Amino acid sequence: MNAITAPSPVVAVRNVTKRFPGVLANDRVSLAFHAGEVHVLLGENGAGKSTLIGILAGMQQPDEGEILIDGQAVRIGSPRQSLEFGIGTVFQHVLLVPSLSVIENLMLGGGWWGRLVKAPALARFRELSTLLGVAIDPDAIVGRLSLGEQQQVEIMRALWRGEKVLILDEPTSMLTPQGVRDLGEVIKRLRAKGVAVILITHKLLEAYEFGDRISVLRLGRVVGDIPPERLSAMGEAEATDAIIELMFGKEAARSGEAETLVDTAHRQRQVARDRAPRLTLRGVSTEAARGECPLREVSFELWPGEVLGIAGVDGNGQKHLAEVLAGQRGVSAGRIELNGGDITGAGVPARRQAGIRYVTDERLGEGTVGIFSVATNLVLKEIGRPPYWSRGWSDWDGIHGHARDQIGRNDIRTPSERTPVAKLSGGNIQKVLLAREINSEAQVVVFNKPTYGLDLQNTRLAHERIIASADHGIAIVVISTDLDELIKVSDRIGVMFQGRLAGIVENGPDIERRVGLLMTGVEAA
Amino acid sequence: MNALLAQPFLTALVFGAITAGIPLLLAGLGEQISEKAGVLNIGIEGMMLFGAYAGFVAAYYSGSFLVGFVVGGLGGALVAALVMLLCIRFGLNQIVIGIAVTLGFEGLTAILHHFQFSRTYPRLAAAPVVDIPGLAAIPVIGPGLFSHNAMVYLAVALVAVLAWAFRHTYFGLNLEAAGNKPAALDAAGIDVMKTRTIAVLCTGLLAGVGGAYMANVGAGIFVPFMTGGAGFIGIVLAMLARGRPLWVLLGALLFGVSLSMTTALQVAGVNIPTDVVQMLPFTMVMLVLVIFARHSVLPPALGLPYVRGDR
Amino acid sequence: MSASADIDLTAAEQERQERRREILAAVLRVLIPVMAALVMGGIILLILGKNPLDYYGFVLRRGLLTWGGLQETLTRMAPLLLIGAGLIVAFRAGIWNLGTDGQFLIAAVLSAALAPALITVLPDALTIIICMVVSMLAAAIWSLIPAILKARYGINEIITSLMMSFLGVSFANVLVKLFFRDPATTVPQTMSLAVEDRLPRLFDTTIHLGLIIALVVIVLVHVMMTRTAFGLKLQVVGANPAAAVHAGLRVGWLTIATFAISAGLIGLGGAVEILGVWGVVRADWNPAFGLLVVPLVFLARFNGYATIGFTLFFSALMIGGDSAARRVGVPNDFVLVLVALLLIFLAVVEYLDHLRRKKAGA
Repeated sequence: MNAITAPSPVVAVRNVTKRFPGVLANDRVSLAFHAGEVHVLLGENGAGKSTLIGILAGMQQPDEGEILIDGQAVRIGSPRQSLEFGIGTVFQHVLLVPSLSVIENLMLGGGWWGRLVKAPALARFRELSTLLGVAIDPDAIVGRLSLGEQQQVEIMRALWRGEKVLILDEPTSMLTPQGVRDLGEVIKRLRAKGVAVILITHKLLEAYEFGDRISVLRLGRVVGDIPPERLSAMGEAEATDAIIELMFGKEAARSGEAETLVDTAHRQRQVARDRAPRLTLRGVSTEAARGECPLREVSFELWPGEVLGIAGVDGNGQKHLAEVLAGQRGVSAGRIELNGGDITGAGVPARRQAGIRYVTDERLGEGTVGIFSVATNLVLKEIGRPPYWSRGWSDWDGIHGHARDQIGRNDIRTPSERTPVAKLSGGNIQKVLLAREINSEAQVVVFNKPTYGLDLQNTRLAHERIIASADHGIAIVVISTDLDELIKVSDRIGVMFQGRLAGIVENGPDIERRVGLLMTGVEAA
Repeated sequence: MNALLAQPFLTALVFGAITAGIPLLLAGLGEQISEKAGVLNIGIEGMMLFGAYAGFVAAYYSGSFLVGFVVGGLGGALVAALVMLLCIRFGLNQIVIGIAVTLGFEGLTAILHHFQFSRTYPRLAAAPVVDIPGLAAIPVIGPGLFSHNAMVYLAVALVAVLAWAFRHTYFGLNLEAAGNKPAALDAAGIDVMKTRTIAVLCTGLLAGVGGAYMANVGAGIFVPFMTGGAGFIGIVLAMLARGRPLWVLLGALLFGVSLSMTTALQVAGVNIPTDVVQMLPFTMVMLVLVIFARHSVLPPALGLPYVRGDR
Repeated sequence: MSASADIDLTAAEQERQERRREILAAVLRVLIPVMAALVMGGIILLILGKNPLDYYGFVLRRGLLTWGGLQETLTRMAPLLLIGAGLIVAFRAGIWNLGTDGQFLIAAVLSAALAPALITVLPDALTIIICMVVSMLAAAIWSLIPAILKARYGINEIITSLMMSFLGVSFANVLVKLFFRDPATTVPQTMSLAVEDRLPRLFDTTIHLGLIIALVVIVLVHVMMTRTAFGLKLQVVGANPAAAVHAGLRVGWLTIATFAISAGLIGLGGAVEILGVWGVVRADWNPAFGLLVVPLVFLARFNGYATIGFTLFFSALMIGGDSAARRVGVPNDFVLVLVALLLIFLAVVEYLDHLRRKKAGA
């Protein structure tokens, strides 16, 4: 299907297959990457994009198939070899040592025993700074840079030993709209210099905006390919249709999943704000912890049945906001009220009793205990309280019965209620969390990145769940870095910038621009 | 009171402090290298003990202190290789394996010694001493500070070398990355396993030499269990020094002084239980910890095995 | 209808088979390391020119198969089980309490100092109870500094508890030499508790009541960890501290409680050993049981019942090894080598098991 077309590609994979326990991550994938071309790999979570770049980056070995570099079959046995072949990768997670300076991070990998000679490294640093058109202090400690700057350092590191191929894995997920534009500039410059850029994304619009060629992956296979000559002839709408057809097939192109992907409709709903607010924050601040952005005088009101979206680049205080609402973190100043009553000093159990729920984004990090059973995780926030505990004794039969009930009701796919929760898929772990947090007693629910890492079907379910909860009169806060998602579910959208709530805007036609301005701190509402 | 200021007392105190401090210094520096790379090396006690035994036997049969140090270092490195295999290659729990190695080599050296020497404790000749010209002649402190086995000067020089190497070489950079963000080191094309392997082998080497010094120079004999927690003190020193070799030196001297104080006090005819003096350094360290608790920092990846692709 | 019933049946059958396989695997995971350690230890003995069968045979006979030996073995179990119980609480809560020896000795010295004094004014039973309570409290207090540093500042408890252990051992000696010294003796030691005032013997044996106390305690600990809210909370803290915070557990308080309970039980071990066996603490006495029990608790995978079995095995090894030192000419330090081998093989088997599961696709 992927005719390896002339002129000869810089890098190509041919019939690459990679299996993981229970999953066929890559199934006879063949792709060719050309110099001076931005090649977009598009697909939803679990489509096999990450595995493919893992193979090109030398982190994983294919079970079958071969990798060609300049027409020669090669084996990329380690990240080092990948770099030596001129393939640089910028991963989704920051892979820099936070305690080292920029230049030290870039020199990392330069060898084993020698003295650090900075002069040549600085020369190369300036060369790349010019190439990328960025200005960063080489002696700055990486941990103190913004995420956008860290990403620029990562791109430099990827290009450090050669500028043949640059792989970018979901590079826009942690950037401001301005940062995305800057990245676009960098990509254009690199393309002009003849670098083969491989861009991994799950966002249609990005694929169209940045890509010269688009390949679509689904369930480990390449299901389609739009070459440059075809893509350049298409308009945006036309391209979108073509890609959706590739992703879902002709007849399914208008299915729910496709809609989830392209639906950018604004939520239009009337929320009655003439009564007393359900939740009120007045001047809430927190103390700074290492590497975290504290809150500074955050105030807002939230009414029953309303969905308040919180947008912003990661690391602008969203984590503290969620934790303060859940009662996990104390405030240093300010006041929080629920239905007019002061709950500022209440901890997690008291807030939970009062109906405040928190669906965390760190599903395995803090939301669940991975080695514990699904059943235990479903009552993790109730330990010691009736009905499953009396006088401190556990009623395991009751706990397991409750779990079987919830598993059936919430369609949690698990072998049994005794299965360790870490063995479930991300979507099913999310269902466990939703089952635990959302019930008839919920008054306020805080969602942090509710669809992060989920496939389209589970993303749609999560969105439906949020809207359904709001329709039941629950007041909802949704924190997300995905603006499209917020536009889809929110009544109003607030923007966090450097720990402050830079402003709240009503959802409406012009919202992208207004939120974008708030995100960069240009405009204070 | 006069007796405490008398020359023999002070000379004995300073000399003893250095003799007792050098094994701690070597162990602490070694542990520091491991910790920087993200390996918590609880088995260092076993490495010291095996180094002490191997070093002693080598020196005993060869008559050469140099051979003793070399074999002691290799012995320590051999134990380190075992730790490396189990903890770094297999990714087994570093604390469990550390305890196992400590227990195992306590037992093994004791029975090896038993089968070799039965119940006798043969003594080596006094270790050769290098006087630093001029300085050694300074009254009172001269003989205590500048009249020692060559290993003492080497160990102190190592402090400066490591302090420089941590900051200005790729070796230091790689160690720092392996402890702070192993995935970044891996992505940069440096093998994390290899980095940690080298670090652990360095630890074993230094701990082994430290053990050999303790047996051959410090005591002149090998006694089972003779390290008596010196390796654990090394761990404490490394943790408190937070990556700075000079602090290990200061800590080792502090412990050395209090260890030698007991002997020195006996020389001076003062009679208080040795245990009181032995409590001093631990008490001071705990006080330091309590006071500076807020500022204590350890590498985030300490004690965690690295698996490529696990994040 | 019938099709789905069939599926249910096979699912249930599969689950039963699965369980059976799991039990078998669990038994193998323990048996293989034990056998491997014994074989490897045998090889070491062969190299040293001793007949391993002689040695193991002697240890087995002396440690388990003679009445006197068995009594000694069972008596030795009491402090080991109590230390084990303390370690289970700590390890299950993810806390590395390596301060065992200090906690044990401080408790032992206090019991040895208090009992001879109290026995002159109080009834026997009351004396023993007070001694136990005071010992437990003292050990718990001794663990407070590492506990608070961990709870408040997240300072690694391995290091602080180890240091407090060194301090505790020295401090116990200072107590014996300076404060509780029996003036009538030349070698410093505490006053001694007369044999008839010690913990009562069980029937006509030399085994004292401490064994029963220890068995009850370890079973209680097991029940607490598996069947109560408190135990589950500790396990949440141990398995994922972030999840504990998220679930609103008071992690700091639980950490301190864990340390206190752990140290308290270890202290009870010290008290029982003095009140049951020695009646006195001599200066520089330190049985150093702490690190020895760690492997047993690991081997038992923090399971209380399994710990009883391993403690029996290990006590027999210690008692048999002591006599073997005299009779077969293998120093009893060889027991340390065996324990180390056991621990290493346990870890290796676990690793291989992990690899196998990974390959099988979990």
